[in-house]
Amino acid sequence: MVKVALPELGEDVKSAVVSFWHVAVGDKVSEGDDLVEMATDKATFNVPSPASGAIKEINCEEGDTIQVGDTLAVIE
Amino acid sequence: MMQTSFDKSIADIIDLGISEYREAYNVQREILRKRLSGIIDDTVIITEHKPVFTISRLGSKENLLATSDEIKDKGIELIEIDRGGDITFHGPGQLVMYPIIDLKGYSRDIHEYIRRLEEVVIDFLLVYDIKGFRVPGASGVWVGKNLKIASVGISIKRWTTYHGISVNVNIPLHYFDMIVPCGLKRCKAVSIASLLKKPADIQAAKSRLTDSFKKVFRIWRDRPWSK
Repeated sequence: MVKVALPELGEDVKSAVVSFWHVAVGDKVSEGDDLVEMATDKATFNVPSPASGAIKEINCEEGDTIQVGDTLAVIE
Repeated sequence: MMQTSFDKSIADIIDLGISEYREAYNVQREILRKRLSGIIDDTVIITEHKPVFTISRLGSKENLLATSDEIKDKGIELIEIDRGGDITFHGPGQLVMYPIIDLKGYSRDIHEYIRRLEEVVIDFLLVYDIKGFRVPGASGVWVGKNLKIASVGISIKRWTTYHGISVNVNIPLHYFDMIVPCGLKRCKAVSIASLLKKPADIQAAKSRLTDSFKKVFRIWRDRPWSK
């Protein structure tokens, strides 16, 4: 099981908002695939999958604010 | 002899002239794809768009003040896109710059990248004796209280940037009356022409803007801000 956490994005960026899920629970993903689009004030960025497998859990919905280091999803 | 970083060019420049928003977006995605696979160097697209409102996925449609019929009658498109920020307007007379650059060659810091883009515009405006500045908490470049001349909205994929910054040069400002620019009430759009009370040459502005980009990013690459 691999946890997907919100990565470090810069010195003054502590959190980001979930703007778009590219995947749903049960979807098969390959390492490097875009999982979720996140947004800060003026930037969006995609969090890539750290591993290949299936999406077991999605821990946040579009519109939720997530802190750096928090778990976004779990891949199995 | 080893090539010093000073000799390396900062980015290739692609001038799309006046482009449809979607057409330019597809060029961005294609260049992004090539940059991510390492087959091209950092590239900056510069263009003016045909009239279009763009809104981010998290942007509020309430910030569009005109009805969809009104904007259709005026021949303006409304497109939802994958950048940060809220709603904005692009049209002829506004320069839009889309740097597709790998931030791993600079600093892995998305907000510092935005500050550097703003710095490019502040440097560019000096040529016109216009003093631009930043406002804490409100991205973009301002020239007076609530007077905004440049807007920023970016995206990043594996630390490579796309989307970018727009600067009002000669763009007719009445279009901005149809939106709450960037979702900020009281914000008023101005242009170089409206401030100087005369039109500015768009081709000259293009080359000055790309010169400012190269200057600011060369300084960043060679001397990253100390943390």
